[in-house]
Amino acid sequence: MAKELLSGNEAIARGAWEAGITFAAAYPGTPSTEILENIIRYQEDIYSQWGSNEKTAMEEALGASFTGARAIVTMKHVGLNVAADPLFSASYIGATGALVIVSADDPGMHSSQNEQDNRHYAVAAKLPVLEPSDSQEAKDMVLEAVKISEAFDTPVMIRMTTRTSHSRSAVELGERQAPPEIEYKSDFSKRNLLPGNARRRHVAVEERLKKLAVFSDSFPFNVLIQGRERIGVLASGVSYQYGREVFPDACFLKLGLPYPFPIELFRRFAAMVDKIYVLEENDPIIENFARLAAPDKEIIGKDVFPLLGEMSQDVVAASLGLKPADPGIGAGVPGRPPSLCAGCPHTAFFYNLGILKVQSKGDIGCYTLGALPPLSAMDTCVDMGASITVQLGIEKALEKAGKTTKQVAVIGDSTFFHSGITGLVDVIYNQGKSTVVILDNSITAMTGHQENPGSGRTLMGQEARRVDILKLVRDGLGIEHAYEVDGYEVKAIRELLKREMARPEPSVIVVRRPCILLYRKARWSPAVVDKETCTSCKTCLRLGCPAISTDADGKSLINASLCSGCGVCIQVCPYKAISFADEKGLHISSMTLEKYAKGGAQ
Amino acid sequence: MKTQSILICGVGGQGILTASDLLSDVLLRAGFQVKKSEVHGMSQRGGDVVSTVRFGEQVFSPLPAVGETDYILAFEKLEALRHVRYLSPRGIVMVNDFVWKPLPVAAGFATYPGDVVEQLRKLAGELVVIPATGIASELGNEKASNVVLIGLLASRMKIDKAVWLEVLRKKVPPRLLELNLKAFESGYGFKA
Repeated sequence: MAKELLSGNEAIARGAWEAGITFAAAYPGTPSTEILENIIRYQEDIYSQWGSNEKTAMEEALGASFTGARAIVTMKHVGLNVAADPLFSASYIGATGALVIVSADDPGMHSSQNEQDNRHYAVAAKLPVLEPSDSQEAKDMVLEAVKISEAFDTPVMIRMTTRTSHSRSAVELGERQAPPEIEYKSDFSKRNLLPGNARRRHVAVEERLKKLAVFSDSFPFNVLIQGRERIGVLASGVSYQYGREVFPDACFLKLGLPYPFPIELFRRFAAMVDKIYVLEENDPIIENFARLAAPDKEIIGKDVFPLLGEMSQDVVAASLGLKPADPGIGAGVPGRPPSLCAGCPHTAFFYNLGILKVQSKGDIGCYTLGALPPLSAMDTCVDMGASITVQLGIEKALEKAGKTTKQVAVIGDSTFFHSGITGLVDVIYNQGKSTVVILDNSITAMTGHQENPGSGRTLMGQEARRVDILKLVRDGLGIEHAYEVDGYEVKAIRELLKREMARPEPSVIVVRRPCILLYRKARWSPAVVDKETCTSCKTCLRLGCPAISTDADGKSLINASLCSGCGVCIQVCPYKAISFADEKGLHISSMTLEKYAKGGAQ
Repeated sequence: MKTQSILICGVGGQGILTASDLLSDVLLRAGFQVKKSEVHGMSQRGGDVVSTVRFGEQVFSPLPAVGETDYILAFEKLEALRHVRYLSPRGIVMVNDFVWKPLPVAAGFATYPGDVVEQLRKLAGELVVIPATGIASELGNEKASNVVLIGLLASRMKIDKAVWLEVLRKKVPPRLLELNLKAFESGYGFKA
């Protein structure tokens, strides 16, 4: 069979195809996003879609499983918090067609607000969880997950981490299994979790767990590797690979199925060695099971290895004093924090907040970068959708204490669809007076441009009815003061903000412009600085635009290859020192919103 | 053979992941086991990007260890300095003679060190400074600088040149192939 270099995420997608899965759903989130983006390569065989959020995606996958279809749902670790409600119910209900739940955790928080270990969810929801250590295993374990799911009547979790999702290694490709026959058959006692039914289901769940624990002892991906030394390494996930680097001669027990923990297999392993190092990313899950299973054994785990951040062979070696700590060369090098792109349609809005001295309550997306200098205009970012609700809480608490303050919540279009709408309903219902700004760039940008209900297109590339945010909030929720403004109109945004913040009623401002990266192929005509007129006042630098820097004389300088002609710096320059190099050239700002709405990206 | 490591670093948008994909494909075709790692997400918004490739008979970790990396290919000078601690004492640093000021530097909050090359020279077993962006611009497209750098790396690795060319022909879209073949040759034949 052919071998290909696949990322862990590509391997999951391939595994889904080989396993005869016919339904896939997800909400994008780093490091999980590419799974569904790769599943669309198999769209003749697999129906796939973005859900508005992880909860809807999981429920949709569960519904598909009810018909006997094999289904997969993928998300980042914090996404499973949103989907936790159906997760726990799905555990009681079980799986007709296989139900595979992929959680991609992010140790080290490369792109997340926390580093929770989602294996806890498997334990809490009483589900088996698989943990691949490379791309081959990622693919193989989707096939195993499908088998386990149907054999044991259970949803199965696969825990990926950033490093398994985003590293590439060779994968042997296989054929596709024939999917099972699909038919919806009613099964009231299993699927309607009225308390009477649920009580009986709980009994079934506990029995299932006992059977799975026995199965775990002989599961082929729980592998015992004999070494030359009487040192043992118990590992799961990519940490196994780091262990092999640091302990070339040790005995290994690699757990592809860390929960339910294979107690008998572990005891056999423990008898072979004098002490055991436990390597796993984030929390001591297998370590705690190991300590319970062999209380008298010397076990070295999170007492030595860090709970924080990613593992690596360096971390393992340094924790044990086998290698000197990182010499720290290059530590003083200036950082290169990410920033809003040149031409980003969110820049003018955040610049205006700065002028108005407002710290917005923020949310999750590219626009969270508005919190960083020089924009520095967002002082909270909690979780998906929390901008609106946190703001309402602040407003009401202040109001009760007889205080008022100007509050602005900022949320992106995809996040608004994900979990902002219910918060806005709270504002209306509870007579909030907040101003909610929806930065609508028509795409889920941060994770790399996934379609959303406002994009007008589905994951599989079909045209879709575009949910019109302005209509939704004005005509649907009845927010009388809902307005739309062009993301590149600096003054118009500021005037609207001032007016609506002063209004003692709820209001919504939709700042619209498509993400600049949707026009990646366009050759824009740039803006230029007239050196004679520039006074080095640095106003334009306050935009934080990556295309703007200063020359040796301290005058502003625009990088023509990065500039897309959004014209925002031209508008903010107090001395009219910036203009388009060619007034008649192609500038992003001269694309009208109507043109965009009709034609979308070029 | 001992597992070898290559670290490719630069700024989001410079074609780092394309370069490491190309390299991984070459190593796979040359008969090695290959593991590659990269970071997505926030780093693509003008942040620093790093991708690592390890190859050998049997490769475990996709990440190189500090002080044990054989080659560093840096698309931007400051990024070479940021990652040079990974280099083994006899390792080679190949660095694009190109400055991309980080935003804090552009905005005046931080200073770009003036002696990057001197610092690198002290720390590297061997240092090659190549004006890859300049070479690519002369060839007609600045974006081909990643392939200039790959060409330079190829000239230092013991893998048949034909394998590199074969992978380029397979991976690069036809309209950009001629440009990229020229870019590769410029890097391959580069003399400091």
